[in-house]
Amino acid sequence: MTDLAWIDAALTSARPQALGALLRYFRDLDTAEEAFQEACLRALSNWPRNGPPRDPAAWLIFVGRNVAIDHVRRRGRQEALPADEILSDLDDAEAALAERLDGSHYRDDILRLLFICCHPDLPATQQIALALRIVSGLTVKQIARAFLVSESAMEQRITRAKGRIAAADVPFEAPGAAERAERLAAVAAMIYLVFNEGYSANDGPDGIRAPLCDEAIRLARLLLRLFPGEPEIMGLTALLLLQHARTPARFDANGSIVLLEDQDRGLWDRKMIAEGLALIDKAMRHKRRGPYQVQAAIAALHARAARAQDTDWAQIDMLYAALETLQPSPVVTLNRAVAVAKVRGPAAALAMIEPLAPRLSGYFYFFGVKGALLLQLGRTEEARVAFDQAIARANSAAEAAHIRLHLDRLMKDGAPAGDAKASS
Amino acid sequence: MLYAILCYDSEDVVGSWTKQEEDAAMAKLAVVEQKLAREGRLGPVARLLPTTAATTVRKGREPLVIDGPFAETKEQLLGFFVVDCSTLEEAIEAARDLARASSSAGAYEIRPLAVFKPGGNVT
Repeated sequence: MTDLAWIDAALTSARPQALGALLRYFRDLDTAEEAFQEACLRALSNWPRNGPPRDPAAWLIFVGRNVAIDHVRRRGRQEALPADEILSDLDDAEAALAERLDGSHYRDDILRLLFICCHPDLPATQQIALALRIVSGLTVKQIARAFLVSESAMEQRITRAKGRIAAADVPFEAPGAAERAERLAAVAAMIYLVFNEGYSANDGPDGIRAPLCDEAIRLARLLLRLFPGEPEIMGLTALLLLQHARTPARFDANGSIVLLEDQDRGLWDRKMIAEGLALIDKAMRHKRRGPYQVQAAIAALHARAARAQDTDWAQIDMLYAALETLQPSPVVTLNRAVAVAKVRGPAAALAMIEPLAPRLSGYFYFFGVKGALLLQLGRTEEARVAFDQAIARANSAAEAAHIRLHLDRLMKDGAPAGDAKASS
Repeated sequence: MLYAILCYDSEDVVGSWTKQEEDAAMAKLAVVEQKLAREGRLGPVARLLPTTAATTVRKGREPLVIDGPFAETKEQLLGFFVVDCSTLEEAIEAARDLARASSSAGAYEIRPLAVFKPGGNVT
């Protein structure tokens, strides 16, 4: 590894802690970011010469704080005096210059950073963009690419988010227990959204949005380190790992979707699976069930099946039933129907999804599953209609191509062509 | 005489390597491993998954299971076991048995393995 690559990795991993601490001192996101940037620049010139510091985050906080204090002082001579509260904070900061980072500060600093990004005043799209910019340190250009929007549009989105936070007068004290639990759920949801942005992009294994999945896993591990005993955070991390493990097998060489049951399980990432299984097992010991844990448990059953036919569908059906009570949604019921079809046959599954039609009339996957079930029941004409409806609602070329494959087979021999269900 | 060589580094930094960086780092280590193996001097090689996947069994009259890695600095790493388990529960059970059989204080940290090469031509 080159010096530069090492420094880059060290700066990235120190970022949440260092930026969080700088935010605690300066109580202003822009000042903290500038201080961190400046410290990173100095690291780039200093570290190759003097070797990496023992604690990169502490080094960056120390340098970043001094640099920013310096700036404020210099500006102070030219302009009006800075506000009182900034001055008194700086005195404290200087007095504590050699202060070591203790565990509780570390935790609160990173949490504050995450909580700010997931502020309830921000819409989800802004939360995600802000977290990727502030916590992960992705450039605006990288984030814009991942969301398929222009750089200026993303810049605007992030600026607006920062403006809202400034206007919302975010408290910099660590939140109390009740608020913390609420905000923790918001952070978990944000991380899950980041992952889904990358995962559901369906733009192939080398898709430009795939790094979002890695980033989400990194954020989930960060959160887990702050809350090592929280089963839902274990569940969330396990869920992301177990799903992401399948990524190498989800698309074929032409970029077409490969269904879960047709995937080459030898391509699944065994390391991620081992980590995910250990985490979900750990979560289940707490006997405090939650939606992330249940979804991770479902993913774990797929991961544990050496071949598709070894899948424990009865158990998956039960887990989806549990998820339906924890987090009722027509999409959950639709997913459950796939398991039901395996356990009790396509007629039972079809009866289960038919009432969902009004609520899922715009959903690609609904018509894909419906078409596949009808096909299994030999109702080919109705299946054809459903597949046509699915194509009309496809979100990507790969989704449409996948359904077209079924239609083509139908046209050719009118015979059932396997099933189009089970998401990849 | 057998020696164990233990690896320490920041899991954050190593965890954020790209696939290329990871492969390059492993390829360089593999050269050294192969040399040792040719000389018949290489035993098992293992790589652990992140500490976020760790569980700790603290020894005591009744062993206590704690989420997360071993965090004490007053105790030192004295040894390790590699056990084959189909679930974490089985691994915890094995660690509990060890804890009950152990006559000292301390803890067992349970970590899933990312890589295990049995080696085994050393005795």
